[in-house]
Amino acid sequence: MTVQQPPVGELQSIPALLARNVARFGHRPAYREKEYGIWQSWTWAQAAEEIRALALGLLALGVRPGDHLAIIGRNRPAHYWGMIAAQMCGAIPVPLYQDAVAEEMAYVLEHCGARFVLCGDQEQVDKVIEVERSTGALAQIIYTDRRGMRKYDHTRMNALADIQAEGRAAAQRLGPQLDSLIAGLDYDSTCVMLYTSGTTGRPKGVVLSNRNIIETARNTAQFDNLTQTEEIVAYLPMAWVGDFIFSMGQAVWSGFTVNCPEGAHTMMTDMREIGPTYFFAPPRVFEGQLTSVMIRMEDAGRIKRWLFRRGMAVARRAGPALLDGRPVPLGDRLAYGLGKIFVFGPLKNTLGLSRVRVGYTAGEAIGPEIFDFYRSLGINLKQLYGQTEASVFITQQPDGQVRSDTVGVPSPGVEVRIGENGEVYYRSPGTFVEYYKNAESTASTKDPQGWVATGDAGFFEEATGHLRIIDRAKDVGKMADGSMFAPKYVENKLKFYPNILEAVVIGNGREYCTAMINIDLSAVGNWAERNNISYGSYQELAGHPQVYATIKEHVEAVNRSVAEDPMLSGCQIHRFLVLHKELDPDDGEMTRTRKVRRAVISDKFADLVTALYDGSPSIHTRTEVTYEDGRKGQISATLRIEDVQVFGEALQHKVAAE
Amino acid sequence: MMQAHEGYVTEDGRQIGGTVMELKNITLRFGGVVAIKDISFDIRQGEIRAIIGPNGAGKSSMLNVISGFYHPQQGEVWFKGYRRGPMKPYQVARLGIARTFQNIALFDGMSVLDNIMTGRLNKMKAGFLSQAMWWGAAEREENENREAVERIIDFLEIQNIRKTPVGRLPYGLKKRVELARALAAEPQLLLLDEPMAGMNVEEKEDMSRFILDVNDEFGTTICLIEHDMGVVMDLSDRVVVMDYGRKIGDGTPAEVRANQEVIDAYLGVAHD
Repeated sequence: MTVQQPPVGELQSIPALLARNVARFGHRPAYREKEYGIWQSWTWAQAAEEIRALALGLLALGVRPGDHLAIIGRNRPAHYWGMIAAQMCGAIPVPLYQDAVAEEMAYVLEHCGARFVLCGDQEQVDKVIEVERSTGALAQIIYTDRRGMRKYDHTRMNALADIQAEGRAAAQRLGPQLDSLIAGLDYDSTCVMLYTSGTTGRPKGVVLSNRNIIETARNTAQFDNLTQTEEIVAYLPMAWVGDFIFSMGQAVWSGFTVNCPEGAHTMMTDMREIGPTYFFAPPRVFEGQLTSVMIRMEDAGRIKRWLFRRGMAVARRAGPALLDGRPVPLGDRLAYGLGKIFVFGPLKNTLGLSRVRVGYTAGEAIGPEIFDFYRSLGINLKQLYGQTEASVFITQQPDGQVRSDTVGVPSPGVEVRIGENGEVYYRSPGTFVEYYKNAESTASTKDPQGWVATGDAGFFEEATGHLRIIDRAKDVGKMADGSMFAPKYVENKLKFYPNILEAVVIGNGREYCTAMINIDLSAVGNWAERNNISYGSYQELAGHPQVYATIKEHVEAVNRSVAEDPMLSGCQIHRFLVLHKELDPDDGEMTRTRKVRRAVISDKFADLVTALYDGSPSIHTRTEVTYEDGRKGQISATLRIEDVQVFGEALQHKVAAE
Repeated sequence: MMQAHEGYVTEDGRQIGGTVMELKNITLRFGGVVAIKDISFDIRQGEIRAIIGPNGAGKSSMLNVISGFYHPQQGEVWFKGYRRGPMKPYQVARLGIARTFQNIALFDGMSVLDNIMTGRLNKMKAGFLSQAMWWGAAEREENENREAVERIIDFLEIQNIRKTPVGRLPYGLKKRVELARALAAEPQLLLLDEPMAGMNVEEKEDMSRFILDVNDEFGTTICLIEHDMGVVMDLSDRVVVMDYGRKIGDGTPAEVRANQEVIDAYLGVAHD
């Protein structure tokens, strides 16, 4: 059963949809959370009661329409309720990244002028107290987990359960006021404000209205036939627009169940227990899963290894075709059926993906091998392309038209065009209202006709109508000889190797390209163990000659593949080094969503960049690192720089450079 | 008869009660070696009491006296108003004393959950038959105890290793599991033998946090041994300083820090 489109004038807010869900699926589970080793669950009716109590409590606490309520914590039902309760009061929920350091948090709290903060636990409360002085506007802190909170000064602090108790007590006094506030919400009311991670500069507060969220949720839920029977696992940061769309917009629209894991570390076990039917993960999660499967298969006995290899060969041949409904020879069908019983079925079950009906990945390019691996298991993994400003969806792949190198066709209701410089523009009902308190950026991003520049360069494939993304428009540059420089294109090819976690390609305006590479500790560490290579630290492993040799092979293979495309053959890597530390958001080298910040890196590692271009065989460097609690330290290392073979025309550059 | 001491209020505003345990003129010898020389001090309700000292000062021996594992040749041990004679470990546990060990004493082949469950043994009363048949009291008890254990697992944030065999865990986590097992007994007095030994800075901070939280949340009286001075001074309400089996200082961290004899012991002034 799919949900009907509402008549105009109804269901123009999340609280209104909540009320509809209570009426329609009151006894179906709305939220589950694993706590004390058991899945606790709340039906839509129970959740609505909890949310109303919380909203009444917030009113009693002094939340007024237009206030901002920041939410900092892991994915928990209480935090989703906090967002809906804030909306009921006419306030604006602002979820923040819980791993943000105090300084980042201070900026956001000050920028939105949050008067109320809902913290998950003591750790978050401590951070808020630390930055409170500079933000000023803060009136009250609410916390979910009572642990360790007893000794705090409670004049301006409350446990969430206490707020709810107060709300229940005040139900008769404040009920009518709350009802009129809820009735006052419409399509133009702000649904949520989300701060973009900001690959450059300060984060910006993206204001999304009820129209943005509800229209997007409705269109995309219909696109994939999402119903109230879906199960999703909410594990991605609540501050990320994707989680808001999946766990709030689509969940409330379709009435499906949001399952919150016990904690980040139990995610895999919890997912296996739930068996989601609708699943989103960024490519690195799929990569990580595949790497761990491969590592464990190498440790398995001979019979299992043989079974796996045979099974996967069949799967690769027949799986994607079966999934797309293309004809498959009878023999392969039979073999696939056997493989399903003995190999893929159990494997999917172990990964918690047995029931996935619709799976999405986005955010970064996904390696073709990785993508095909999941599809050949019979998992309907698709790609989408989106951003915060679009309420996620710009393009997505329809069932049966799935490939690893495109991001699909425009989502329902979205118009997409390619600018003269190759930049992708879109216009949709999901297009954001504005950047909060930043009219200048709003104007430069969204033109008066509502077209938004994505900042990505791409093109439509003529034959299929699918969009392909090359790189960030501003990162696409020119080499010294005028040939095209697309760093991300090369970095993605490098990152498809399990041994390479991150790569940064340098070369804009230069004679030739070079790269800084991060090894993947789990993959390389396992390899080291297998080959009896001992190492004392990440740094030592990263600098090991055999690791260098392996990475060099990968880089050469990438050069060979880059050389095949005459337009991009100038992007081949002539020299590289393996970094002595992992690029880390805490050090500002990546965003919280793990995108590399090129400017920061080229600044911070300026000495390494110089060494990559002055022909020196090695470089001694000292780097500042930030520990989890915000303290700083120094590490020093001597890094080797390796020359790599290049192919085709690009060979000449190398000769010229030397 | 034991003297009842007045309670006091700590710097951070916690009310500390009267004396829980009192040690009077304890002397412990191993053959000709005198490990503890005529030491007296007390532990009061709800406080975090630390015993510190350089290596070989007799700290662990002292803890073993408190836990009833060693029987001092001279002196008296008073617990909750009664003078304690020599007793078996299970009798100590029944009195409400639990401990962790410096060199980790867990069951390596058992899961984290089962290890912590062993801490609940003294709460289980179902008979052998009932346990074997998993019927009646045994089932009810197991459910109750499992819930208590799950709350501790949640409290110490080890949900992700619930089913992992202890032998596969890294050192820092084993320490936490040991603390969990001790907590599972719902002790009135918790003894921690070098809870921070061999940990890195972050693990130490986590462990400190947990110790404070245990004290705060369950009101457990804690007596700990540690030789990392910085950690101890931040953590404890009162500190006993030992050196060569003698007590050379006793008081709040600030008082102890100002004590010349303590400074000498730590800076290594020559002894006669």
